[in-house]
Amino acid sequence: MLRILRKTVLAMALAIGIGGLAVTAQAKTELTMYYPVAVGGPLTAIVDGLVANFMKQNPDIQVNAIYAGNYNDARIKALAALKSGQPAQLSVMFSIDIYELIEQGAIVAFDDIVETADDKAWLNSFFPALMENGRTQGKTWGIPFQRSTIVMYYNKDAFREAGLDPEMPPATWDELVEMGKKLTKAGGERWGVMIPSTGYPYWMFGALAMQNGEVLMNGDGNQTYFAKPAVVEALQFWRDLGAKYGVMPEGTIEWGTLRQNFLEGKTAIMWHSTGNLTAVKSNAKFDFGVAMLPANVRRGTPTGGGNFYIFKQTTPEERKAAMKLIKFMTSPESSAEWSIKTGYIGISPAAYETPALKAYVAEFPPAAVARDQLEFATAELSTYQTGRVRKLLDDAIQAALTGAKTPEAALTEAQSQSDRLLAGYR
Amino acid sequence: MTNSRMRHVYGWLLLTPAAILLIGFTHYPTVATLIDSFFSTGTAIRPSRFVGLDNYQLMVDDPIFWKVLGNNLWFALGTIPTSIALAIVMALWVNRRLPGRALVRMAYFTPTVLPMIAVANIWLFFYTPDIGLIDQIAALFGLPGHNWLGDPNTVLGAIIVMTIWKEAGFFMIFYLAALQNLPPELEEAAKLEGAGRWTYFRRVTFPLLMPITLFVLINAVLNSFKLVDHLFILTKGGPDNASNLLLYYIYISAFSFFDSAYAATLTMVLLVLLAVLAIAQFVILDKRIHYR
Repeated sequence: MLRILRKTVLAMALAIGIGGLAVTAQAKTELTMYYPVAVGGPLTAIVDGLVANFMKQNPDIQVNAIYAGNYNDARIKALAALKSGQPAQLSVMFSIDIYELIEQGAIVAFDDIVETADDKAWLNSFFPALMENGRTQGKTWGIPFQRSTIVMYYNKDAFREAGLDPEMPPATWDELVEMGKKLTKAGGERWGVMIPSTGYPYWMFGALAMQNGEVLMNGDGNQTYFAKPAVVEALQFWRDLGAKYGVMPEGTIEWGTLRQNFLEGKTAIMWHSTGNLTAVKSNAKFDFGVAMLPANVRRGTPTGGGNFYIFKQTTPEERKAAMKLIKFMTSPESSAEWSIKTGYIGISPAAYETPALKAYVAEFPPAAVARDQLEFATAELSTYQTGRVRKLLDDAIQAALTGAKTPEAALTEAQSQSDRLLAGYR
Repeated sequence: MTNSRMRHVYGWLLLTPAAILLIGFTHYPTVATLIDSFFSTGTAIRPSRFVGLDNYQLMVDDPIFWKVLGNNLWFALGTIPTSIALAIVMALWVNRRLPGRALVRMAYFTPTVLPMIAVANIWLFFYTPDIGLIDQIAALFGLPGHNWLGDPNTVLGAIIVMTIWKEAGFFMIFYLAALQNLPPELEEAAKLEGAGRWTYFRRVTFPLLMPITLFVLINAVLNSFKLVDHLFILTKGGPDNASNLLLYYIYISAFSFFDSAYAATLTMVLLVLLAVLAIAQFVILDKRIHYR
């Protein structure tokens, strides 16, 4: 009996010893990464595929990519993990969360991590418009990953029916009104245009403001410009589309059902994220086109989507491994694959030079509209206290669109409350 | 140790698991929230500091807070009496011998089984202007369509209707169980005496259902504050806070604005409100309940 016991103990000790040897021989760096999915489609499978490829090429790094819901959920999960004992090392989060994350002391700037000249050049290899939301205080805090802009989807069959040229979508506000009037059928059977005002009204409004020559905030996160005359004009135009010109339903337009409205022909034109492109392409039973948003003083759109952030609570080895992962996920080849499979923009000019994306764009031109619009793109609304400031603007927009307040009154009030919130950061 | 002391120890040991859960998830968080509401929100740049009643002052000055409180009051007034009345009517109806009674009961109970988020997604498409179910049915009758969720005047009503649809089935089950426990001799005696159906309901059935009504009422009051899942899908509190409810405001204060101190302050208001309502119900109604 004792002999068997001794033999078992010896065998176990040997096994543990060998196991321990194996473990120390392979000291893997383990990375945990949270990422959100904000558009429809099998995106988690695509991310898993990219991560698996990375791990094949880097056997000394183990990556756990954890799907975390939408942008809100991903931020909450990542910050909760930081406060608990199991922090993540890097995450994909909303590009506009940057000031919150800095204020919480959660993230580290990429300028503090990159060492070689190559790496420093890599920081500048992305589209400049996409870097605006990731840069503040002279440093880079977020690297683009899943980025988008607003684009204008339009029903070419409806254009033909109304006697308009389907290859000439509206390029100015006046043309939008003119063509909208021709496309609108009486009795609400079809509307000319729909711009959603629930969900992310501040995002749509950022486009209108820029088209009228203004941006909504400064680059330091402590000043908003809601009450500037051109901005008030933009909100007045949005309201007039429904109230004065009758090309859009009055009141608020629901974000979640807009795509369905477009696919069922309830509206001839819709303003929506380029992330919907693949879904519209698969489900449209009519000939549709995608165009840049119309200009007034100039063309304009905000960017949208998520960036890679590296957390502060990381060891130098973890930071090196995280940099490797981020470089892989944002490499031209990975970005091209990501863009083709999802509809998000390729994040660097080099991505559009890869054979895969070149061929795809040649065969399906709407995929290039968002990229071409980057020339006219600006940062998405992002400041300190970003949740509160965003809600102030959302409420003002909805109050103006439902006729509860005039655009001037609504935006002046929003600006004064925003000033009170941001005064402490100046 | 003596026998009786051992029994005492035994008793306390048996209570411990429940006590740990209760203290850990109810009493401790309540006290922690109360303490949190007296401090400012801490960040890396500005650590948390004691501010006394400042948070409460901010809350009183906040127009959104009063709007939200008003909305919740209307929401409660809209959902509670109607869903209880509907539940009683449905229970009385399916209690009798109907053809296909099981099917009808299942049909009434199905909304309860669905998770709130699924219900909200379905009703989002019901309420969609022009292409949604409600507007399509209205078109059949020649009535004009309406932007139910986008109009600040109708959005709260639309949400109340959806909540009643979901809740009435749940309460119906309780009433059905209670009705089936009533002795049939009472009904036979009433018929012999020549009492009408309405008199029988008013004088016999309803008073006998009072214990269940108290339970259902407490549930309904709690639900009117608890049920905010649909707001995430349907309106996110809009347009312009017309459908914002207290618990939703607490959630976005804590997780969108990262203002945990303000969220703690709002939570204290919610707790006090619920406690007052619960006590009021027990005190006022308990005297009128006929317990058998």
